[in-house]
Amino acid sequence: MATILKKETIAPAFKRYVVEVPEVARKHQAGQFVMILLHEHGERIPLTIADSDPEAGTITLIVQEIGKTTMEMGLLPEGTEIAVTGPLGTPTHIERWGTAVCVGGGAGIAPLLPIAKALKEAGNHVVSILGGRTKELVILRDEMEARSDEMIYTTDDGSFGRKGFVTHALADLIEERGKPDIVFGIGPAIMMKAVADLTRPHGTPTVASLNSIMIDGTGMCGCCRVTVGGETKFVCVDGPEFDAHQVDFDLLMKRLRTYVAQEEEAKRRFLEAHRCRATENAEVTA
Amino acid sequence: MTTGKLSPKERMQIPRQPMPCQDPHERVLNFAEVALGLTPELARREAERCLECKDPKCVAGCPVGIDIPRFLVEIREGRFDEAIRIVKETNTLPAICGRVCPQEDQCEQVCIVGKKKDPVAIGRLERFVADWERDHGTVELPVCEEPTGFKVAIVGSGPSGLACAAELARNGHSVTIFEALHKPGGVLVYGIPEFRLPKEIVRWEIENLEKMGVEIRCNFVVGKTATVEELMGEEWGFDAVFIGTGAGLPYFMGIPGENLIGVYSANEYLTRVNLMKGYRFPEFDTPVKVGKRIAVVGSGNVAMDCLRTALRLGAEEVICLYRRTRAESPARLEELEHAEEEGIDFRWLTSPVEILGDDEGRVRAVRVIKMELGEPDESGRRRPKPIEGSEYTIDIDEIVMAIGQGPNPLVLQTTPGLELNRWGNIVVDEVTMMTSIPGVFAGGDIVTGAATVILAMGAGKKAAAGIHDYLLGKGGLGGEPRREVAAPPAG
Ligand SMILES: Cc1cc2nc3c(=O)[nH]c(=O)nc-3n(C[C@H](O)[C@H](O)[C@H](O)COP(=O)(O)OP(=O)(O)OC[C@H]3O[C@@H](n4cnc5c(N)ncnc54)[C@H](O)[C@@H]3O)c2cc1C
Ligand code: SF4
Ligand code: FES
Repeated sequence: MATILKKETIAPAFKRYVVEVPEVARKHQAGQFVMILLHEHGERIPLTIADSDPEAGTITLIVQEIGKTTMEMGLLPEGTEIAVTGPLGTPTHIERWGTAVCVGGGAGIAPLLPIAKALKEAGNHVVSILGGRTKELVILRDEMEARSDEMIYTTDDGSFGRKGFVTHALADLIEERGKPDIVFGIGPAIMMKAVADLTRPHGTPTVASLNSIMIDGTGMCGCCRVTVGGETKFVCVDGPEFDAHQVDFDLLMKRLRTYVAQEEEAKRRFLEAHRCRATENAEVTA
Repeated sequence: MTTGKLSPKERMQIPRQPMPCQDPHERVLNFAEVALGLTPELARREAERCLECKDPKCVAGCPVGIDIPRFLVEIREGRFDEAIRIVKETNTLPAICGRVCPQEDQCEQVCIVGKKKDPVAIGRLERFVADWERDHGTVELPVCEEPTGFKVAIVGSGPSGLACAAELARNGHSVTIFEALHKPGGVLVYGIPEFRLPKEIVRWEIENLEKMGVEIRCNFVVGKTATVEELMGEEWGFDAVFIGTGAGLPYFMGIPGENLIGVYSANEYLTRVNLMKGYRFPEFDTPVKVGKRIAVVGSGNVAMDCLRTALRLGAEEVICLYRRTRAESPARLEELEHAEEEGIDFRWLTSPVEILGDDEGRVRAVRVIKMELGEPDESGRRRPKPIEGSEYTIDIDEIVMAIGQGPNPLVLQTTPGLELNRWGNIVVDEVTMMTSIPGVFAGGDIVTGAATVILAMGAGKKAAAGIHDYLLGKGGLGGEPRREVAAPPAG
């Protein structure tokens, strides 16, 4: 079992956890994730490893509280033991490409952390474009700045950086400076799709990290499957990163909606039971 | 009531005793066990049917060679404690095997009584004595030898891993099981449903293993959390490894529409329901879709489990699509009969060609084609051929693919030097169960391809013997025993 050592709120409905799980910390590479299970009655959900400290035996998880399980996790006190399995998935393929652009939206900024770090260590010029609905939802700015050579911010409401979407900033960047050597676009499926559509005509290699529904995370159930280049792939073992130009994002988005009704139901019940403690989150995510 | 003095003729006159079962109409509304178990009276009566053959065919028919006539006599005489002791000499998990073995293809197939009448119900009697022992709290744990100082890692906690662990622990080796999921048991917990194998029984068997000193580390994916090579290295320090990772990779058909919402692999469907207890959502957090009209493709045990699970989740119509006929169905006879009693709509000689979806990407129908049986194929079964122009559409809102599983490549890809056959299964020495890597052994579905609980268990036991010999430098094994062999640390 793994222990939650530290928990802090980094933005509305975003928490950072430091979890002690030495075997996972030791093996973690950029692009990998863990499956977590809070308790006997819980569901297994995938969470990207945002950072790891092999010496301390800890990993960092950044969790957006959007459903019952992530909200419930937010209420667990430090010291709680949970089940953590990993590191799973194929690590990011890192090379010295030249200029690498990291495009992150919302919770997708967390998986970019280890990728940006690895890109920089490999000698790339890293440009990060981070966006969110409003300023305080553009998370992990300091951490990303430390790992990037240049930063561009966007917000939907214009409260920080330029007003608009990350894709607007990426389009302008390509226009001004020509196409980068590689783009990593991670965020909501709709954003990753827009990034892929934008870079496709330029032929810029573009990587997306897919967030499909998972159970085991080891290739055993197939519920995470997506279509990539006309072929069925299991996100948990073949991915989570794929050539964004080949991914059928429409299918991914449909499959992500498989259990919306049940998810809403579970969240409603949870919020009813924990009204006092979870309202702040509910306001942000409802 | 029994005398033991009946003549063979009189024994032959006793009819096979019926298994008390939940009523079909009632049981489709719950997940409780269907077969309720024999009473002591029924069991003794059933045991009385055994002719105590001089050359008992049933023993040869049992993959692990249980001394069947001997334990049946004990049951007949009401000495149930003695009966279970005999069963456990050869079978580590009798409460499980008694429930899930395909007896009609094994011991009961060759039972002499079966030549003229129904064969002796060996499986039910095996289950009876195992249950009796558990209910009476008279369990004797096997006595473990003095610690040898050797450490063995078992990868996977299915029947092969559990059996291997038990044997090794008995021989005094220190055993750690690494399991990828959060609960041990393999297919016994994530695949086979509660109504056929109560999870309580699996849990109880595993607790006994822990009492014997076996350590179980869940949430540990070998190949990811640590590789086999690393387990054998300095840091982990295991002297031998057993790979029993099963056949966990779901196959799909490769037909259009298979990624629509509402298309499940059998593994996903059963895992959501059994392992994650989706049928108790929202009390448990994992949801499972509850369709009204559900099709399941395939007709093996896995398919039967999906069909009957669908009914219990509340489906109104459940349809089995199988490209061969009932006669070729690989499922246990009892499961097939139970499924029929419960009202499954079996469409034999029918195969899906396409799954159709609505605008939101949800399944709305399946297009199928009728088949006929042609010439026998390599397996000796007549090959099904599509009948041209016989396609038709069935409206459904969910479909489960139960057409088989292959080896999960996670361990295989991360273990250089491990020899595989052309299906991706591990190649082992048939006697020792050692793989191409010295000190690394394998058994169960990962070696044979998807097979049975009893074969996996038998393989685990056999590998344990191979590992024991290897560790002690016996049996002329190819591997160079490690340093510890020369001087096993005491205690
Ligand atoms: C739904 C269903 C119904 C069945 N019904 C019957 C029946 O009625 N009768 C019968 O005889 N047989 C039945 N079978 C077949 C039988 O269950 C299997 O043959 C048997 O369980 C195989 O045992 P095993 O030990 O080889 O593997 P499994 O039981 O498959 O166990 C393998 C274990 O290894 C774990 N694992 C895999 N990879 C890793 C890794 N990298 N690291 C750590 N752990 C790992 C898995 O999580 C799993 O727990 C059924 C199978 C299914 C799926
Ligand atoms: S073959 Fe049948 S009747 Fe004969 S000993 Fe075996 S179980 Fe008894
Ligand atoms: S999550 Fe089960 S196969 Fe990917």
